[in-house]
Amino acid sequence: MSEELGRAGWMGLLARARAGDLARLVAGLGDVPAHDWLRPPETGTVMVRGRAGGTGAPFNLGEMTVTRCALRLADGAVGHGHVQGRDKGHARDAALVDALMQGMRAGEVRTKVLCPLVAAETARRMARARRAAATKVEFFTMVRGEE
Amino acid sequence: MYVAVKGGERAIDNAHAWLAEERRGDRDVPELSVAQIREQMTLAVNRVMAEGSLYDPDLSALAIKQARGDLIEAVFLIRAYRTTLPRFGATQPVDTGTMRCERRISATFKDAPGGQVLGPTFDYTHRLLDFALAAEGEGPAPASEAPARAGDVPHVAGFLGREGLIQPEPPVDGVPPDLTRQSMELPASRALRLQALARGDEGFLLGLAYSTQRGYARNHAFVGELRIGAVAVEMEIPELGFTIELGEVVLTECETVNQFTGSKTEPPQFTRGYGLVFGQTERKAIAMALVDRALRWKDLGEEDRGAPAQDEEFVLMHCDNIQATGFLEHIKLPHYVDFQSELELIRKLRREAGEGREAAE
Repeated sequence: MSEELGRAGWMGLLARARAGDLARLVAGLGDVPAHDWLRPPETGTVMVRGRAGGTGAPFNLGEMTVTRCALRLADGAVGHGHVQGRDKGHARDAALVDALMQGMRAGEVRTKVLCPLVAAETARRMARARRAAATKVEFFTMVRGEE
Repeated sequence: MYVAVKGGERAIDNAHAWLAEERRGDRDVPELSVAQIREQMTLAVNRVMAEGSLYDPDLSALAIKQARGDLIEAVFLIRAYRTTLPRFGATQPVDTGTMRCERRISATFKDAPGGQVLGPTFDYTHRLLDFALAAEGEGPAPASEAPARAGDVPHVAGFLGREGLIQPEPPVDGVPPDLTRQSMELPASRALRLQALARGDEGFLLGLAYSTQRGYARNHAFVGELRIGAVAVEMEIPELGFTIELGEVVLTECETVNQFTGSKTEPPQFTRGYGLVFGQTERKAIAMALVDRALRWKDLGEEDRGAPAQDEEFVLMHCDNIQATGFLEHIKLPHYVDFQSELELIRKLRREAGEGREAAE
């Protein structure tokens, strides 16, 4: 699945990743590449919207914390990080991987960072989906003794 | 006239120091960590996120710890913190049709496609205190698992919609009003009402919703669907020029199916009420849907029965627990000068009444 991820796809994956998992995988790439901040990490909110009746007119549901940053590597690649929560290290790691995915090391980063993150996310989601499936009600039809 | 009165600084400092000590409680008992609150007091955390109107489980857990478990105080802390943050923008409306449902039940269709999935619910428990939880020991046995089904779970309202039996909710675009940016103006649009209800006090909405069930604004509601699970939060990033996922939020969505409207030109149709709330918060989501439906009487051409839940101003101006507690609790703060003038007034009135009696005698 990670073979198919385009840029929007990997940015979402990086945002949803556990910050600790991402940090460990980025550390596995060796030295952190030198980078300049275009926008140092900052925390703010976004207003999350819903739709009336699930499908109708939009309304403001409430806010969510987000941390964002942008950086440039020595080779000129620009990486953006926009991640839920207030973890500046998470946003930086996401931006670093985003930048690296646009350069010569993209194949290596895909294998060493994106693939394990997809696997971890899939495992996490499946574990919950299997628990939910076990709580699905199976109805039994009571046969009435009329015959 | 205001008379400035100074003093009390030392008493206030000492009161706050004692508050901190009382918050900690008996030091022979281990201190609670924020992570423990986040993981083990999840539904309190969810309520504070919903009414604080800020999705951040860590902050919500911290607020609960700081507030000694007073959830309205915790909501207050979250609302205050929120105002210190810049807002980066607004997301695309979340698509609850793609929710990864961990609970999904319908009280109207036994065999709804996708099934009745109970999830981690208190329903069908016997509400007997479980003293095993008081004894420290092994954790619970792992939950059972079954093969998971792939794909989105369709909305129940969609089945009725296909036959035209329920009032449709066609997608509309546009920028909804935001009560955190403009003060509330009445009459409010449904979008503004839904925002106010989504952050409103659970207890207040529960009471109002219950009143509609007991007959104050007649609208008998079925829970067409209740679903809880994670949905993706997507936002267009202007500097990138495309939309990305920023993360996921767990939401509770409740859709009620209510009795009909119809007219000479329109055949009878079911109507609907809608609740959507941060976190696993199903009592609040059901209450929100009932109150939303009651407030729609004008849109649906129903009569005003004078019920509190139909009174938009009454509901919207009183459902926010931070506004309410701010005004309620301020009356315990010093009003010495106000009261002094009342005292003088009542003494004067009594004096005049006494003089009047003497003159009459």
